[in-house]
Amino acid sequence: MKVELRKLSILVFALVFSFGMLAAQGHGQEQSGESTHEGQDGHGPDSDVSHSYCGGHEEDGAYNPVKTVMEHIADANEFHVWKGVHIPLPIFLYAPGHGWTTGLSSMFEHGHTAVDGYVLNHGRVNRVADPAFPKGEVHIDGVLYKTETVMKGEKEEEKDVYYACYQSELYRLDKPSTVDGGFLGGGITSFYDFSITKNVFSMILASLLLVFLFMAVARGYQRNEGKAPSGVQSFMEVFFVFIRDEVTKPMIGEKHYERFQPFIMTLFFFIMFINLMGLVPFFPGGANITGNLAVTFTLAIFTFIVTNLNGKKDYWEHVFWMPGIPAWVKIILTPVEILSLFIKPFSLMIRLFANISAGHIIILSLIGLVFLFGNNGQSVGGAAGGAIVGGLFTAFMNLIELLVALLQAFIFAILSASYIGAAVEEHDHHDAHEGAH
Amino acid sequence: MTEVLFLADFSVIKPDPGLIFWTSLIFILVWVILGRMAFGPIQNALQRREQDIQNALDEARKARQEMANLKAENEELLKQAQEERAAILKEAKEAKNSIIEEARNQAKEEYRRIVTDAKEAIENQRMAMIVDLKNQLGVISIDIAEKILHKELKGDKQQEQFVRTLVDEIKLN
Repeated sequence: MKVELRKLSILVFALVFSFGMLAAQGHGQEQSGESTHEGQDGHGPDSDVSHSYCGGHEEDGAYNPVKTVMEHIADANEFHVWKGVHIPLPIFLYAPGHGWTTGLSSMFEHGHTAVDGYVLNHGRVNRVADPAFPKGEVHIDGVLYKTETVMKGEKEEEKDVYYACYQSELYRLDKPSTVDGGFLGGGITSFYDFSITKNVFSMILASLLLVFLFMAVARGYQRNEGKAPSGVQSFMEVFFVFIRDEVTKPMIGEKHYERFQPFIMTLFFFIMFINLMGLVPFFPGGANITGNLAVTFTLAIFTFIVTNLNGKKDYWEHVFWMPGIPAWVKIILTPVEILSLFIKPFSLMIRLFANISAGHIIILSLIGLVFLFGNNGQSVGGAAGGAIVGGLFTAFMNLIELLVALLQAFIFAILSASYIGAAVEEHDHHDAHEGAH
Repeated sequence: MTEVLFLADFSVIKPDPGLIFWTSLIFILVWVILGRMAFGPIQNALQRREQDIQNALDEARKARQEMANLKAENEELLKQAQEERAAILKEAKEAKNSIIEEARNQAKEEYRRIVTDAKEAIENQRMAMIVDLKNQLGVISIDIAEKILHKELKGDKQQEQFVRTLVDEIKLN
């Protein structure tokens, strides 16, 4: 009975994974198809694109692996299910001086309709800042991609620019504002995108799942009061007790841990769930949520705020004027300690982001082998070979990513707990410091 | 594919304010809802259950201890009873022995007394016999002496001689 159950579970596991692989491959194929259908999306180095080029659907189907991968890990305003099937998502856009524009992403018709100057470019809403562009719904001929060389100081820099083609006129498209201050290639543009994007949608779904699951677990505790746990309750209890006994209790300490337990638990389960959602290759999953710096930044900020709001006198003393060491060392140490306040959440942010986006990039690259080996649809044998090699490696990577999804959630939680633990710790070894003088 | 293009397309490193806003909102909601309605109650329930289990274990240990104590007590009682029984038996034996001894002693005494009495009686009897014998012997000897004297003192000369001897004897005294 036990052996059979085990066999069954392995079978189910294998099935799910092979299905996942297939779906992922299908996803990739559809992508290549899409790139052929967006004819004008070639990246010609020629900046003098003629206006007649605009509406034409010339085939420039060369598979561009980097672009494909980057588009797949990026956030989007619509949920791409498979070729031609998109789940529309709510749009909330704000442009200073224009106000709010709301609706569903289906109103853009995948880049063929502009609404109030907003255009869907590769699944992401862009905006025509030019006031000459008509408001309301207008049909556009498409989106044009160019690289432009701009002088930045003394250095020449190539920049990707997209244009909307409307009545044989090119209108420059603005990307949504980002808050990196221009350091990472973004910056404040003419509008802000507060839409329920693919990432937000997946996050909401994962959160609902999390909430429903834990409600069931909490109900289980109510129902089974004084009895042995059962069902989903006993399944989740393992995780709960693990986080309590291995993370919050030892890291924060017996005295304070209960206060911070909901925060650490939420961090762990939230990150774990969205990581796992990202691994599901078909519709509700697949979004690269924690592989987006905005998400990990927000989570790290929460840890930063919770840590420093709860910092005790001892903590601040250790930051600003470390006791028990000579004064000249303190002068060196204090800036280091102040820096470390920010480096700690920064490392949290980068670690989670890099791990998850790297996993997504690797899997997408492996699937990309199908098109690379298939020589853009020229060689069926090559594509088959690529499918086998890429598929096997993807299956293997998926298993590793499964581990990474859990591990990174655990690491984020345990490090947050240790930072909080350091903040609330009350040192009673001042005598030892005095003795060290 | 220049590096610049790569960077420009790498949109996930550009934090989108919308995504930050939604992430914050969703995280806070999940935090509040789960903290209030799940993690808190689960933590309490787990603690209560652990307490219950600990209590049950403690009680079991206590019961076991009590049982052991009771057993030890019983054994002690049994031992005491046995000791008492042994003591009683010993006492009884001693009493029996002493009674027998006493009886024996009494019997001995009695026997001795009887023997002594018997001896006395025998002695008395013997003495009486001796006295009687003596008396009879005296009578007999007097008779004999009488007869002898009668025979001896048949003539006067003899009588005179005898008186003389007697007087001599007195003179000697």
